Amino acid sequence: MQKLSLEKLGGFFAAIAEKAALYLPVDNAAGQAQYQRWSEGAVLSSALNTVRSAKDFFFPQTENLVDFKLKGKTIEITDPRTEQEDFVVFGVRACDARSFSILDKVFLADPVDGYYKARREHGTIVTLACTEPEETCFCQSFGIDPAEPAGDVSCWKTGTDLFLRANTEKGEALLSSLSALLEEADEAPVRAQQEATREILKKLPLAAFTTESFGGDVLKKVFDSEKWAELSQSCLGCGTCTFVCPTCQCYDIRDFDTGHGVRRFRCWDSCMYSDFTRMAHGNPRLTQKERFRQRFMHKLVYFPANNNGEYGCVGCGRCLAKCPIHMNIVKVAKTLEGELK
Amino acid sequence: MSQEALIPLLGVVTDIRIDTPDVKTFRVVGLDGKKVFEHVPGQCAMLSIPGVGEAMFSITSSPTNTEYMEFSIKKCGCLTSWLHQMDVGQQITIRGPYGNGFPVETALRGKDLLFIAGGIGLAPLRSVINYVRDKRENYGNIQIIYGSRSMDDLVDYKEILDEWMRDESITVNLTIDREQEGWDGHVGFVPNYVKELSPDLGKTVLMCGPPIMIKFTLAGLKELGFSDTQVYTTMELRMKCGVGKCGRCNIGNKYVCKDGPVFRFDQLGELPDEY
Repeated sequence: MQKLSLEKLGGFFAAIAEKAALYLPVDNAAGQAQYQRWSEGAVLSSALNTVRSAKDFFFPQTENLVDFKLKGKTIEITDPRTEQEDFVVFGVRACDARSFSILDKVFLADPVDGYYKARREHGTIVTLACTEPEETCFCQSFGIDPAEPAGDVSCWKTGTDLFLRANTEKGEALLSSLSALLEEADEAPVRAQQEATREILKKLPLAAFTTESFGGDVLKKVFDSEKWAELSQSCLGCGTCTFVCPTCQCYDIRDFDTGHGVRRFRCWDSCMYSDFTRMAHGNPRLTQKERFRQRFMHKLVYFPANNNGEYGCVGCGRCLAKCPIHMNIVKVAKTLEGELK
Repeated sequence: MSQEALIPLLGVVTDIRIDTPDVKTFRVVGLDGKKVFEHVPGQCAMLSIPGVGEAMFSITSSPTNTEYMEFSIKKCGCLTSWLHQMDVGQQITIRGPYGNGFPVETALRGKDLLFIAGGIGLAPLRSVINYVRDKRENYGNIQIIYGSRSMDDLVDYKEILDEWMRDESITVNLTIDREQEGWDGHVGFVPNYVKELSPDLGKTVLMCGPPIMIKFTLAGLKELGFSDTQVYTTMELRMKCGVGKCGRCNIGNKYVCKDGPVFRFDQLGELPDEY
């Protein structure tokens, strides 16, 4: 393990930014943390997490897929991609770090999504351990330890120092390029911090929350539950939950007339929206009940069924904090769980 | 950079056949005049006119056709309306093939086959029908029951008359919903006609048509004694990516574009009823 005095943090960021684009959580004018490209004077946010998840780095809200030029009856196709630049994301929390492995199972499955893969290959993830998990946090329900985050490099910030440990070759390469700033460190302060964090975790209101009852052969039983009607009754179909969610990855593909041609892009979409499944001959999910049910069925039942029991949720708590009607996956799971016993 | 699934290839429309008042069949080849890719009967392709839209269509020609691919397309939305007004020589984008297709070389080989189609539902089955006709020795008895609203709505009617009905090794039973001048064949809905014909229970059924036809025909087949494991169908849901990632065609833990579109009814029975 290595460390760096917090007094040198600005120089540390500057040294990373010399080699690659560096992004880190910074407080915006409204006092909310959001990832920003580092520039001289940028101050690392002290917030627990960013409002939007870190999925944007690999699966941006919109991205160009392909360009077309149409002339008479002919069409010309161009690949708009340029060489992806190397980048480093600093300050990713354990929950978001896990979300990347969930997104990998979708985008890196055959056929591999080259847009996503290029970003994964060029991005280095530097995670930061949590010290003050909040009452909306439930990452531990999915076996995530916020005091021991994954990533290419894991960091722990104490009152005086930043402790760092490389976990992958990419992480080792990053730290060795910064070796002049780092010194070997004893792990004791990190262990002490981890123990303190784990004590807080035990006392969180969602500490005992589990999705275990959704693990077995319950697809039809959960789907047919009468509880969906009541659970979805107030859902506005706004899609906020899907947009702030680090694992939601449904997308739309659309064409845009640029005036010089046609640009085909993809953008985030939401199963909560009424036209998501609408076709010329009708819509298989006619009411908000079906759309609402789809989102939770996918995270709790369908995704695990295809991925060795891994749930499509990392317990980051963003949907708990942001849903305008205070509905969320915890309430849904707790309500349905009673029916499964 | 390697070929991306979402970046299409170019094709050109070399022939347009008017099948019915709202169905046209488009013949497509690559810019080099050859087939754009090979496929299995029942597989689909994403066709697009940039700026208008992109959508999934079943490939209606048989893979045994070495020269071109065909798509029978009903006019019902933005893209299909555009396709219906275009002329021969128009370039389109194409990507695929997508989906599993019918198990013509495994589960269906050596079997007696019963095709049941309604309206435009013949499009995906035509690929299989012409495939098994071209490899006739690999399959048993072949029967086709096909119905439509009227005589004018029978897709591929010319091919049915000139080729299928003249082929002594297969049986073709046509029906239309209502009496019509010039029609001396059977009149009535497909589900009832299937029950009347009471096909042999040893047959494997491949069925495609409007949801209401599927529902009543399946019920009729079960009354006759057929089981879910003997009946295949092919589904359509809204799709964007075609490769199991965009999330639209998700039913239970399956993606219709990747795990389907062909399912046996016992497989569908394990999925939520949401299609």
